[in-house]
Amino acid sequence: MSVQEPVDLRCTINGVARELRAAPLRRLLDVLRDDLGLTGTKEGCGEGECGACTVLVNGEPVNSCLVPVCQVDACSVTTIEGSGFEGVQAAFLEHGGAQCGICTPGMIVMTRAWLEERSRLGAAVDLESARKALAGNLCRCTGYAKILTSALAAAAVKP
Amino acid sequence: MNRSVGGVLARPEGPAKVTGRALYVADLRVEGAWVAGTVRSNVARGRLLGFDFDPAFDWKRVVIAGPEAIPGANLVAMIVDDQPLLCADAIEHFGEPLLIVAAETPLTLRAALAAIRPRIEVRPAMLDMEASEQLFKRIAIDKGDVEAVFAAADGAAIRVLEGTYRTDTQEQMYIEPQGFVAWPPDANGTIAVTGSMQCPYYVQKSLMRAFGVEAHNARVVQAATGGGFGGKEDYPSVLACHAALMARVCGRPIRMLYDRHEDLAVTPKRHPSRVRHRTAVASDGRLLAMDIDVLLDGGAYTTLSPVVLSRACIHAAGAYRCENVRIRGRAVATNHVPFGAFRGFGAPQVCFAVERQMDRIAVALGLHPVELRLCNMLRRGDVTATGQVLEHSVGSVEVMDEILARTKIDRHPWRAQQTGNVRRGLGLAFFFHGAGFTGSGEALLKARVAVELDREGCVIVRSASTEFGQGTLTMFTAIVAQALGCDARDVIIADADTQGVPNSGPTVASRTCMIVGGSLQKACAELLVRVGPGPAPFRERARAFVQRGGDSQIEITYTSPPGLAWDDATYRGDAYPAYGWAADVAEVEVSLDSFEVRVKRFTSAVDVGKAIQPQMVEGQIEGGSLQAIGFAHLEAATMKHGQFQQNRMATCVIPTTLDTPTFDVALIEVPFEHGPFGAKGVGELPMDGGAPAIASAIEDALGIHMDHMPATPERLLEAWLAAHPKEEL
Ligand code: FES
Ligand code: FES
Repeated sequence: MSVQEPVDLRCTINGVARELRAAPLRRLLDVLRDDLGLTGTKEGCGEGECGACTVLVNGEPVNSCLVPVCQVDACSVTTIEGSGFEGVQAAFLEHGGAQCGICTPGMIVMTRAWLEERSRLGAAVDLESARKALAGNLCRCTGYAKILTSALAAAAVKP
Repeated sequence: MNRSVGGVLARPEGPAKVTGRALYVADLRVEGAWVAGTVRSNVARGRLLGFDFDPAFDWKRVVIAGPEAIPGANLVAMIVDDQPLLCADAIEHFGEPLLIVAAETPLTLRAALAAIRPRIEVRPAMLDMEASEQLFKRIAIDKGDVEAVFAAADGAAIRVLEGTYRTDTQEQMYIEPQGFVAWPPDANGTIAVTGSMQCPYYVQKSLMRAFGVEAHNARVVQAATGGGFGGKEDYPSVLACHAALMARVCGRPIRMLYDRHEDLAVTPKRHPSRVRHRTAVASDGRLLAMDIDVLLDGGAYTTLSPVVLSRACIHAAGAYRCENVRIRGRAVATNHVPFGAFRGFGAPQVCFAVERQMDRIAVALGLHPVELRLCNMLRRGDVTATGQVLEHSVGSVEVMDEILARTKIDRHPWRAQQTGNVRRGLGLAFFFHGAGFTGSGEALLKARVAVELDREGCVIVRSASTEFGQGTLTMFTAIVAQALGCDARDVIIADADTQGVPNSGPTVASRTCMIVGGSLQKACAELLVRVGPGPAPFRERARAFVQRGGDSQIEITYTSPPGLAWDDATYRGDAYPAYGWAADVAEVEVSLDSFEVRVKRFTSAVDVGKAIQPQMVEGQIEGGSLQAIGFAHLEAATMKHGQFQQNRMATCVIPTTLDTPTFDVALIEVPFEHGPFGAKGVGELPMDGGAPAIASAIEDALGIHMDHMPATPERLLEAWLAAHPKEEL
């Protein structure tokens, strides 16, 4: 089998079971954006440095620019277009967490992953843990202050 | 009561951004589009002899366009016509575009680009701005008689202090790389492009020259734009023309999206600088004469260097009073990739230099840095280096009072001896930043905005001022809603499309709020008169006005406030209608093990005239300050053989959440009578103070005077070892 040869994959994308046909080593990012039209997931570097392409795979945040699509076979993928982000989105809107918006989908996905992890661990949502959780998501506009405020505010509405 | 101005409005484009629905250029689906890329020079200087095309590649699969395909002038229309769109002969910098190649898929395109090799006769490159004698622009500012003061210096009552300060380049690092989509000429010969940009009318001007078409045949539409910071001021003109050229040659739409490597390698960055200060001071700290020499590396072509130099020179003496000032500025040519606009536009470099010089003077005279600044700062009624009498909206005293109240830095023993492995420091920067274009810029530009009512009584605002994060749309909405007393939801801001909006000028220079917003307020005042008063809400009155056939179309052309005078020949007069004033205090920790600097807390007191949207103004100050913090100690940016060395995000670092201090922002409002509701500019101001405040805090912590930014661990270690030659580490 050549790596260029398309293969059939089954996965759940934003809650809907999908059958995909794609070359196994294509980036998950490209399959989401180009094949499925889910352009809310952004590309800032293509090298795992900026976090703009963050999506959830089985609930875990990943940089979709680093994930070959074959790895999500039988997995559940959630992008910013999926559901469950409403509380975080509202917090980012209210507290000025989005400026140019290009980092925002990745930030919001990562914030949700952080909130879910804290609640799984029964750990407190505090500034320091938000800082650590979002350290892989770059934003050049905000200076992060209002992003961190938004993340903490989201914690208040979404335990 | 309407609280649009000074309250919190939702960003009109916010919901699209947080849900991922906002369409940036890379998100556009374009039927039948091919992708295009660029063949570039791999040397800093040379002569193009030709190309080798690998015969193994099937060249029928791609389309290639060179300079001969350009129907109009082969140049990038900017200030001086010296930059070709595609280089035909003399190569002046690394990465200079030579050919455009298009293919159906990215894979084919990549293969084709790898199969073309330019043949170049290499020539020696000029990479040292100090050695370059080729000038883009020279500026001289003279006030009083510096020589007489220096001649009277006796080393006691009048002392002379000298310093040389350097800053490296800096990458804007907007998170969305540059990109454009272009369509081939339609039946009317109209070329259309859309992309990531700050200045649609700059792009239009370039298209008109390159394609030899009139304005109505060059349509430019801004896509959602993922950050700019100046980096998308001039370069989009190049990229748009390349894409449009290929669309014309191919007869199909073209997508041209840079990846991060290409964006880092070839788009303009902050001008490297070298600034020399020679200052005569009285023993009580009064500045008696300032002699300042500013040198900027402009890179290979003129681009925006003359205007960057202009702002640099006007800000070079800092926000200080001095009777005798001589400023000499030069922007020179080298074979570096052209340097361009980046937030602050020449001011961060000179602000770093003058603030470091103030600290040097403070040390020499045994004064506290705060004391020296309080003794010399410009106040209302004082006269700047260009001879401008500061009469309006001078918030210097207010920002200083506030920063001292918040940080108590005046009571902090600066440069006190410390022990231990982690040293702590506090540093202050005091600065101002001219809002709007320099000198006669606005008078020449004659920026236009228009408003009108739709059938429902909603207000449509037309301007070419773009949103790329700063909050342009929200700020305009607030001004209009406040001026008309209408609901913010009844304000519709038209898309930045050259076919639908008048030219309100580029979205740069902290001019959008004060200049364009000011015109908008005037237009609304006129509209309110036309619609007339009444007890009913504005929208109902407006609907009735339209339905009875009232003419609601109003266009305002900007005119400078009365009494402003500027002479471009002598650089004398009112350089800006108003200045933003600010003071920053940085609190740092420096580890003697790693020489890493950690900025713990960053306090800013900023006079913006009026905060139209306080939350967004804070966001501008926090974001700008963090860029300045990166510039100060993190963002190493080096050039080698004419090539930018940090060619990926992993090496071209910017601050993360972990590098971010706690911000404390105080908004001070000393209203400017000619700004909308008293507002001045804010965008650039917070970029100026971070580097000198951090350098000063490092000096407090370690006792060493850093005069070259960024203060990377390597540079700090070197300076430490020089200051402690015998010490073992
Ligand atoms: S695009 Fe995936 S991390 Fe930057
Ligand atoms: S909002 Fe622009 S990069 Fe984060």
